[in-house]
Amino acid sequence: MNSLPKWADVVLVPLISLILAALVSALVLLAIGQSPMQALTVMVKGALMSPQGWGYTLYYATSFIFTGLAVTVAYHAGLFNIGAEGQAQLGGLGVALCCLMLPWPHWSLALIGAMVAAAVFGAAWAAVPAYLQAKRGSHIVITTIMFNYIAAALMIWLLVDFLRPPTSMDPASARFPATVSLPHFHQLPFISDFFLRYTPDGQVRLNPAGEPMYQKVPANISFFLAILACVGTWVLLWHTRLGYMIRAFGKSEKAARYAGISAVKITIVTMLISGALAGLMAINNVMGQAERLLQNSAEGAGFIGIAVALMGRNHPVGVFLAAILFGFLYQGGAALGLETTIPIELRIVVQGLVILFTGALDQMVRMMLGFAFRARRA
Amino acid sequence: MDYATFLQLLDTTLRLATPLLFACLAGLYSERAGIFDIGLEGKMLMGAMCAGTVAYLTGSVWLGALAAIVGSLLFALVHGLASITFRGNQLISGVALNFVASGITVLVALALFGQGGRTPPLEGGARMGEVTLPFADALRSVPIIGPLYADVISGHPLLVYVGIALVPATWWLLYRTRFGLRLRAVGENPASVDTAGVSVARLRFAAVLIAGILCGLAGAYMATGLQAGFGREMTAGRGYIALAALIFAKWRPWHALWACLLFGFFQSLALRPDVLQSVGLRVPVPVLDALPYILTVIVLAGLVGKAVPPRAGGEPYVKER
Amino acid sequence: MAGAIGSGRQTPAAPFAIELKGISKAFGPVQANKDISIQVAKGSIHGIIGENGAGKSTLMSILYGFYKADSGEILINGRPTSIPDSQSAIRAGIGMVFQHFKLVQNFTVLENIILGAEDGAMLAPSLSKARRVLDQLSREYELDVDPDALIEDLSVGHQQRVEILKALYRQAEILILDEPTGVLTPAEADHLFRILNGLKDQGKTVILITHKLREIMEITDTVSVMRRGQMTATVKTAETSPEQLAELMVGRKVLLQVEKQPANPGRTVLEVENLRVVDEHGVERLKGINLHIRAGEILGIAGVAGNGQSELLEVLGGIDHGTGTIRINGKELDLTGKHSDGQSRRADGIAHVPEDRQVLGLIMDFTAWENVAFGYHHAPEYQKNALLMDNAAIRADCEAKMATFDVRPPIPTLAAKNFSGGNQQKIVVAREIERNPDLLLVGQPTRGVDIGAIEFIHKQIVALRDAGKAVLLVSVELDEIMSLSDRIAVMFDGRIMGERDPATTNERELGLLMAGVAEGGAA
Repeated sequence: MNSLPKWADVVLVPLISLILAALVSALVLLAIGQSPMQALTVMVKGALMSPQGWGYTLYYATSFIFTGLAVTVAYHAGLFNIGAEGQAQLGGLGVALCCLMLPWPHWSLALIGAMVAAAVFGAAWAAVPAYLQAKRGSHIVITTIMFNYIAAALMIWLLVDFLRPPTSMDPASARFPATVSLPHFHQLPFISDFFLRYTPDGQVRLNPAGEPMYQKVPANISFFLAILACVGTWVLLWHTRLGYMIRAFGKSEKAARYAGISAVKITIVTMLISGALAGLMAINNVMGQAERLLQNSAEGAGFIGIAVALMGRNHPVGVFLAAILFGFLYQGGAALGLETTIPIELRIVVQGLVILFTGALDQMVRMMLGFAFRARRA
Repeated sequence: MDYATFLQLLDTTLRLATPLLFACLAGLYSERAGIFDIGLEGKMLMGAMCAGTVAYLTGSVWLGALAAIVGSLLFALVHGLASITFRGNQLISGVALNFVASGITVLVALALFGQGGRTPPLEGGARMGEVTLPFADALRSVPIIGPLYADVISGHPLLVYVGIALVPATWWLLYRTRFGLRLRAVGENPASVDTAGVSVARLRFAAVLIAGILCGLAGAYMATGLQAGFGREMTAGRGYIALAALIFAKWRPWHALWACLLFGFFQSLALRPDVLQSVGLRVPVPVLDALPYILTVIVLAGLVGKAVPPRAGGEPYVKER
Repeated sequence: MAGAIGSGRQTPAAPFAIELKGISKAFGPVQANKDISIQVAKGSIHGIIGENGAGKSTLMSILYGFYKADSGEILINGRPTSIPDSQSAIRAGIGMVFQHFKLVQNFTVLENIILGAEDGAMLAPSLSKARRVLDQLSREYELDVDPDALIEDLSVGHQQRVEILKALYRQAEILILDEPTGVLTPAEADHLFRILNGLKDQGKTVILITHKLREIMEITDTVSVMRRGQMTATVKTAETSPEQLAELMVGRKVLLQVEKQPANPGRTVLEVENLRVVDEHGVERLKGINLHIRAGEILGIAGVAGNGQSELLEVLGGIDHGTGTIRINGKELDLTGKHSDGQSRRADGIAHVPEDRQVLGLIMDFTAWENVAFGYHHAPEYQKNALLMDNAAIRADCEAKMATFDVRPPIPTLAAKNFSGGNQQKIVVAREIERNPDLLLVGQPTRGVDIGAIEFIHKQIVALRDAGKAVLLVSVELDEIMSLSDRIAVMFDGRIMGERDPATTNERELGLLMAGVAEGGAA
């Protein structure tokens, strides 16, 4: 068909898709009698115009980076992993067991332990669909969807029957000990200065002990691990033999066979990595924020990973940027819920539309751009 | 467990299996024509919202059902546009539409009624009345069969019977008519249809739109028959269970009925944990919830025969040479 | 009607079945058909011959309503006819048998035949009518197939008959067959020709598209030659010769004789004993192959496509599994287990230029430099350390190979799909030959490759042989086999029918072997 310049394909296609998604959302808002401009203003103000807003935006973005990378890695092997949600929930289970069962002397050690647990549990949850795809040819999309539901049921069962403290009614685990609490942005050197609280006359607010007070935000040290994960994924995909084999296999299974690349091995290994990345998200939300395991801990971040990966054109840099965008959407959406009568569900609509335009109607967007380019040349 | 409890279970099974059956048949039409449809869930949800809203506003359940069909068709049309016209990824399109539906239904319901995303409870003519089959009361006194007929088979909303009637109708349409032959062919090898001078796109759109209508009915039944109004996320994954049933049934109409009844039975058991306990089984409710999914995975693993989907499923048709 | 055979004279009473006037069709910058005019007499068999990519299939697709011509006119039975879609083509009495059949595998023969030509909304009347018609047609034309058999249970030859029946059921008067014998055994091909002659006798018009001269000479009345999108000549078959047609096809005297010194064979490199391959349908594709190749010689495998050559290459290259014994430099290869993959084969000194470079040999979306490492991504010189690949080294190597093999454009970062067929093939050949393998497997090295690149690639293969390496060459082009090989083995139906010396054999003798006619008991 009409081929676009590479920069247009990389930059313009997601951008136009985003604009289309925003336009349709605006129409939806108009239809329910709300003002799109007001919505945008509140979202920008709530998510980007204050340090606290950024503290939430980046917290959400951290989760989305992990799940977005999970979808990305699988995508390059030609696998569509819809199961990041379930894998992230299992990652949460790993984190919870690790934090509750072992006596950690310091958060840094606990973090390493929790990362291993999260990755192993997430990978394990991806292993069965991976095996079934590789060995039995069962469609991984269907099996991973099924595993999301099985994960949800499993978590309810474990939380209600085993992990719930005897005195509690909530389907949630006990709180993690304070020693495993991860440093948040307002507790980190240098960064914490952004989150100082001020009195109305511009003085730093002090507590009775005379120490400065900070605004508490959920963004935590996991954000930097997410950036490392981006770099790691980039190195993996474009600078290692495994990445080379993953990409070759994803482009052409038959040619991969000619080159001696094992379909079974690559499918399984890729899905294990994908599941591990999805599981790692739990160090952000479970260990970093909730500090206990809740029912439905992933809160849809696994699905947002699909949107993030598509929007980010399955490249770690794109995933990073798209994750921040969706972090903005989530924090901004929360602000909408607080400050306006616009329902918070707007963000699910936008998320769905972004997936639709970038993943399913991308050919339409390309055609539109193709017309524009030809018109300009003519 | 006594006979009365057993009948109650069967009664609930039938009620719960109906939305699954509509959605499952919807998926059957679509996938038999080569278009994967993960968006059953979203279309049902859309149908439920439209049905609940219009039924409440007009007081007519049938106008509600009509609105459900229109709402669901709208989504089906977008899916068709993405996967047929623009040859996009059918799986992604379905996933996307599910999200859009999940959000937009709450948005609209909140804007209209402001009751936390629900429609107000439906009453009277806005609900789907129960149909009493002939002789139900007269036969009730006949032992064993009487109560079965009067309490389980009789006394459901009309759509329950429509759903069951759709099974032989679908079978007949697929295997005995020209439309069915072409529909199955386009899902197996669209080139065979194209070279025979029949439009692939038109056939596939027809299938996708039929799926839209059926999902709309599924949603209408949810909101006006099974429950008295629309509630947020009220389909609760039924679209995916229907998808599971479709695979379990290996894309065949009669098997779809049995699969939906089986999965409906699990759902009704999950509502009555006491029943299992009474026969000495301590099965956690979540396990029952997960059973349809686990069974589907087992089927997919090829442990119970091989589930071969339509050969051209998921592939956009591109004319070669 | 019989009088019209081979007739070029136009009389008002008998207009041409098909007349094309000035048909042109371009795909972007590529002119697939240029001002093509052709007249096909009613009740004749008209051959259209040309190399791959000459534009034959495009022309026929225009006739069948798959593409719309940019300009030109189509006359059917003397009437100007517009064919915007396949439905119109069918209405105009045109039936098409595609190279790749358009059948629904899990439908019965009957269901496939009525698909799109049903008589009403209900199937039952259509099916019983089709059964009657089919019965009549199969008696009339030797087209017997079981109407209730599933397509997936039928042999390729029978599936093709279903395609012909489909066209006849739609009352086609003009039947177009695109490369119909490519997938048939010689016996099946002979049967097909009998069917076509029967159709001709009934007054139907047959257009046969092929690149095989033998078929043209055997069955057609008239033949049109296409070259590079143009119709270069239309002649009566009785008045031409294969040599003349070949010259018209290629545009110059065909003399693909490669200059090479006599072979100087050394020790045995490859030994194959009783090699068998069974495909996923349980059909035995290789039925006990025995062969050997010595260092410094080229063994050419001749044969009609689909007689096991692909399977032979794929087992040797580690793509497929098999049973039997293969030894390379005396070492026995693993044919089913952990070491039966492409990586192990490369480690054992086997390089492989596969038959289909676009499907097997290259990742079309990868850049040229990424493709240079394809299959050799574990090679030590491409690694920076235990963890990372040395992309810069691969790029440099790609540049060097592009220079040696004159790949154009010499841009390592260009995606493989953006190179021409010849240059793509050069990338593959460069990658495999530069590894200096003990055994080189080459399948259809010059398919879809321009003349200049053909000569270059042939020289490289001969150079490798002169460097004391063993080469196994598989090609369906007999010329290529004859000019390159030091020994020729002919394959038929999964067996080696015999071996010949290229210096003493001829095309006729090889053709007989290719057709499965074995010499006195030896095989």
